[in-house]
Parts: sequence; C-alpha cells; structure tokens
Amino acid sequence: MFYREAGQFKTSYGADQQILPIRQDRIGMVVLLAVAFLGVPLFASEYWFSAILIPFLIFALAALGLNILTGYAGQLSLGSAAFMAVGAYAAYNFQLRVEGMPILVSFLLGGVTAAGVGILFGLPSLRIKGFYLAVATLAAQFFIVWCLTKFPWLSNNSSSGVISAQKIIIFGHEFSTPQEKYLLVLGIVVVLALAAKNLVRGNVGRSWMAVRDMDVAAEVIGFRIMRTKLTAFAVSSFYCGVAGALYAFCYLGSVEPDGFSLELSFKILFMIIIGGVGSILGSFIGAAFILLLPVFLDVLLPAVSRVLSLPVDGASISHIQTMIFGALIMFFLIVEPHGLARLWQIAKEKLRLWPFPH
Amino acid sequence: MFKQFKIVASAAAVAAVFAAPGAVMADEQFFPIPSYRVGPYGANGEAFYGGFVDYLNYVNMKNGGINGVKITWEECETEYNNAKGVECYERLKSKAKASAGPIHTMSTGISYALVDKSAQDKLPLAMMGYGRTDAVDGSVFPYAFPLITTYQMQASAIVKFIKDKEKGSLEGKKIVFLYHDSAYGKEPIVALEAESRLNKFNLVQIPVAHPGNEQGAQWLKIRQEKPDYVIFWGWGVMNQTALKAAQKVGFPRDKIIGSWWAGSEEDTVPAGDAAKGYMSATWNVAGKNVPLITDIEKVVYGAGQGNVKDKSKLGTILYNRGVSAAVVSVEAIYKAQEKYGKGKGMNGEQVRWGLENLNVTDARLKALGATGLLPEVKTSCSNHEGSGKVKIQQWDGAKWVPVSDWIEGNKSLIHPLFEASAKQYAKEKGITPRDCSKEK
Repeated sequence: MFYREAGQFKTSYGADQQILPIRQDRIGMVVLLAVAFLGVPLFASEYWFSAILIPFLIFALAALGLNILTGYAGQLSLGSAAFMAVGAYAAYNFQLRVEGMPILVSFLLGGVTAAGVGILFGLPSLRIKGFYLAVATLAAQFFIVWCLTKFPWLSNNSSSGVISAQKIIIFGHEFSTPQEKYLLVLGIVVVLALAAKNLVRGNVGRSWMAVRDMDVAAEVIGFRIMRTKLTAFAVSSFYCGVAGALYAFCYLGSVEPDGFSLELSFKILFMIIIGGVGSILGSFIGAAFILLLPVFLDVLLPAVSRVLSLPVDGASISHIQTMIFGALIMFFLIVEPHGLARLWQIAKEKLRLWPFPH
Repeated sequence: MFKQFKIVASAAAVAAVFAAPGAVMADEQFFPIPSYRVGPYGANGEAFYGGFVDYLNYVNMKNGGINGVKITWEECETEYNNAKGVECYERLKSKAKASAGPIHTMSTGISYALVDKSAQDKLPLAMMGYGRTDAVDGSVFPYAFPLITTYQMQASAIVKFIKDKEKGSLEGKKIVFLYHDSAYGKEPIVALEAESRLNKFNLVQIPVAHPGNEQGAQWLKIRQEKPDYVIFWGWGVMNQTALKAAQKVGFPRDKIIGSWWAGSEEDTVPAGDAAKGYMSATWNVAGKNVPLITDIEKVVYGAGQGNVKDKSKLGTILYNRGVSAAVVSVEAIYKAQEKYGKGKGMNGEQVRWGLENLNVTDARLKALGATGLLPEVKTSCSNHEGSGKVKIQQWDGAKWVPVSDWIEGNKSLIHPLFEASAKQYAKEKGITPRDCSKEK
C-alpha cells in the first residue's frame, strides 16, 4: 500500500534510469535530506553534533569507501584506517605547506593522495585474492602507521607525531561551531554518496561487480582486470582518504598515527558486514549500528540499572554493553546474513504488496 | 502484550537518550570525569580514578565540601580510546556548564584531542604529567595545564639524578633511551638530545613497538651497546616485559630508570624477581605513611563509601597519584573561590583562573595531611607546570622506596623548548598569545 506503484509510468529512458524509480522513495529522500540539512541543525544539541552525527557521517563515508572495494569489487581489504590516515596527514600537509590552499581542495588532495597509495597497495590484488589479499593489505596498515611515526616531516616535526588540524575556512567563513562542521561534513558526504551510487550503477560499477562475481569470466567477456581492480582500489582509498581528512579536521581536531590502528580498520569492516556488503545504504546503516549502538547502550544501561535499583558500577556496565553489542551482532547476522540493508529491502518489498502478500 | 511492551520499552529508551541531562545546580561543584576502568589499561585507571573519587568523597564527608559547596561528579568510560574520550567529553560537557572541576583524562591521546575543544568551551583541562607538554606556556594554551611536571622536565631530572650518581659528570658515558614508540614515548627525545649535547654523553635511542611484549631484539642491542644507564619510557605490559628481558640478558636493573608511567606496582609485581633494584621517577610517593591516605581509608572506607573494590590498591603509586590529582584540583577551586566568592560552585573559567594561580605550599600540604605526597605547586600564566620536580624511587622487591629528594629538571634548558613549540602551534592555529605580564 505504502509503495503502490500503480499510476507511475515511465515514458522515457531517463525516467527508467533514475536513481530512485519509485515516487515514494523520491519523496522520502527529499524529506530525509531536508531533515538532515534543515531540521537537525535547528534541534540537535551540541553533544549530538560533536559526538554522534559527525562521527557517524565520517564513518559512513569510510564504510562507503570500503564497500566499494570489498562489496562491489570483491577485494577484501584490512587497510581502510591506514588510507584514512593518509588522507588526514596529506590534507594537513597540503594545508600547512601550500600558502593559500583552500581547505576543500586540501580534503580533495588528501583523498587523491590516499587513492595513489591505495593503487600501490592494490597491486598485489592482481596476483592474489580473498584472504591472502586481506593479509597483503594489512601491510598497508602497518607500513603507513610506521611511516607516519618514522618521518617527522609528515607531522611537521611534532615531537610526538601528533598533528593538530588547522582552522576550516571556506570563502572567508570559519567553520568552528559543531553545527557548521556538521553541515560541511553532511554536504561532502551527500555529494560523495551520490557519486558512489552513480558510479556503481554505471559501467565502472558493472565491471567491478563482474570481477567480483567471477574474474575469469569477466576477463573473457572483455573487462580489463588490472584496470578494474586498480580503479576499485583508487576510488575506495579516495573515499577513505576524504573520510580521514574529515576525521582529523571536523571531528577529533588532532590525530596521532596510532589512532588509525588495525582496530579501526576492523570497525569499518564490521560496519559493512553488518550494514550490508555491496550496498550504499548499507554503509550508512552499518556505521550507525556499530557507532551509535554502544553509545545508546552506554546511556541506556545506567538508566535501566537506576530504575531497577541494581548496584552496577561503571566498569561492569561497560562489560555488559560489550556483551549485548556482541550478541546483537550475532543476532542480526543470523537473522539476515546479508546485512541490515537487505532487511530494509525486504521490508520495502513487503510494503509494496501489503496488505495482500501472495 | 509483547508488542505493547516493545513499544513502551523503545519509547523509554529513546526518551532516555533524548532527555539531555539538565545543568547542575550552582551550589554544587561538578567534576566531569572521563575515566577508564576497562580496556587495555583498565588496571591503571581503576587505581588512579579510585583515588581521585575517594578524595572528592573524602572532602564531602570530612569538610562538607569545598567551603560548603558539595562536590558531585559523573564518570564516563573512555576505555583509553580517543574517539570514545571525545564522546565522553561531549556528553559531560553540558553538565559542566554551571560548574566544572578540572578534567583529567589520564591519556595523552585524549587530552591532545581535547586541547582545542576545551579551550573553546572554556573548560579547564588538567594533564598532570602527560599530554601536550608545550601547554606549559599558558599564553598560548590558557585552558590546558600540564601540572607538576612534564615528560621533558622529568627526563631532564632523571639525567640530573644520574649525573649526581656519577659525581657530577656524564662526559663520555653512554645512555640508552628505550621508549614506547608512540606520542608518549617520543616526547622526551628533544629534551634528552639537548641534555646529551650539554652534558656530552652519548645517547642511543631504541624504540619498542606497541604494545611492547616483544623486546628481545632491543635488549640484544642494549647488550651490544653496553650502556651505563637505560632511561626507560614504557607503559602497560611493556614495563614488566622490559624488566624480565633485562634480567635475561643480565643488565643490572639498578641501572634502569623509568618514567612515572613505568613505576607503579602494576609494573613491578608481575615482573617478580626481575624488578628488584629497578628505579623510576614519580611525582607522588607510594605507601600509606602519608596521613591523608590513612585518613581517607578511615573516613571513606570506614563509612563503606570507598570507590576501589580491591582495598590492597590503597596506598599504591597510582592510587596516591589519583589522590594527589584530586588534591590539586580541589585546591584550584579553593583558590578560585577566594576570588569569585566563597560558597559558590565555580564554572570552568573561574576554575581556570584558580589553576593558573595555584600556590600549594608545603605548609598547605601539611595542613591537608599530604606532606611529601607531592611537590609544592606554584603556577602562573607563563608557567602552567608549576613545579617540574620528581623524586626517584626504587623497588626493593616488595614496595617502592624513595631514594632521592625532589629533583627539579633543568628549567632553563627545557622551558625554552616549550616556548618555541607553543609559538609554532600558535602560528599554525592563528592564535594570538596572551601577554603574561598583564595577567593578574
């Protein structure tokens, strides 16, 4: 009922090819964007911006990057955090060393630098696959973090390797409040998500999926394996790099190489597994799940223990939280191994037929 | 039925998250505490924050608060993770609007991430013995306080201690600097390099990768180098491993001097035999022979309000460190009340002033029952460190014994390094430094 398509006719190729072919989806998307751009800045508190919404958007972007590589092109990678580090440090250095460099260009160049490094570490993918490739991308994880601590030039000779992000000034306006930073991040993420959606619908995305599904067959029908795999690495690292730059400039404000550890890479990997491999929406849902659920439980559990007057201290709440979080991950993977995005898809299909399932 | 329950439960849950906690009443003094008691360094956090909270509780129970202002606090678990630390800070921030004690993160990474944010929100950030060391220069960092001493001053004090042992000259000696390869471990390098030029000793730097439970290669190198001393900058599991590895290659432990993060019972007890004779720097003494510590045990634990579950932690280095951190924080609020009105909760800006004008003399420490627990602290706008002194202590196999008096690092050598670094920071960030000569 909610998704009744009756009366929606497609009369041109353009109409047939649009991103959201169903009118309800289009309206939904417009409402969502309006809420995100206009509603949220009016109502959300500072805590929501700085501790929840900004990191959510940034990690969604990083997850999107990994999803392009792992979900669409089928190349397992454990180096996402490292590419984020490249983006963060590159953006910092461009901003520092080039006089008058606009900050958005720095972010972009941070992404481009990460793409370059990504291609370099993607080269092994031409020979090895699957788990073996994951181990090869681990090298990126260790090498880049080592590199950033080893060469003090990269952190402007800071004695500790920590960089402190510069001010964000665009067209003479300084983005300093959490609202402004949120809007900036949101804008970048929306543009890049749209680009990703279009990329995976087009011939580049189709070549990625062909290689993912069976690379020999893809080669036989004329896809150039090398180019396909390396573009996947480049685009994916670009997204991660931009996410890293935003992480440094809009979220933490100062980062150290150790912050981009293997743990963070795993976190991003879990996001796409939970959210849905090979789905743009899944990257967002996954980031929300992995990032927000612990915070939510962290706030909820003490309240619950107070209501039930259970004498639970902070440490045990943290442990309980970890357990619940783990259990929920297992639950969702058992219920829907294809991720939460797939659940949403099923719900949509059901809504189309509702109330008359057949 | 079940469906209804689900709706109610989810509504309650959503309400719990959305209901932003209201501001704290003015006649309370609120302490936001981003602590960690789980995670890789949970054991250290448990003792430190246990001591911290115990002292706050003690002030409430013994004196009815700070000049009658009751102390309240809220903890948020950071697990020593930077992103979580920022999340906790943001969560506690709204409560800290009316009144805010100094924020102690006990983590260099988290404090780095908070330096700019806390200055923007006008909340004082205390980094006692860790964190951004160039924040000693208060003209660039008004809201950050690396109190008591910094890594660089501590390294310098250790060199001074060794120099005294070597009868006043280090010329031609060889000192190995064995460090945790992270922000924390690398901080003292500039200071040690400056010292090695000044005192003409040979400095060999050997990094250990995180977490540091594999140090075979490093100690082989140390054996080859045959240094006179090893200055050791370890943390967590790395410390006990180093002591065991030193024992294995036969390097005398009484030639190893650690930083204060490498000098707690958590480090030496697991190393067992291998730790005997090992020395470390510290800015607070261990043990219960400080009257304040025994009094806390009597008053707080006597009433069953103790924060630490394992009572054997009382009087350990980290517990006493938590108490000293709380002592300094509370003193800052006393000081702020002198200026802004007694019997009122102090907000972040006011506490900042208190921290910048601290003068905790030996007489004051004696009155608190904390004689010898920590060195005298006297801060100013240009000196947020306030002391720069450490003691050297030695592990005798069962407890830490102080083997030196308070040693001050070479201030005239080290403080200019901070100023230079702070100046660079100010330039990068476009900050106009305050004029400290105009501050009162």
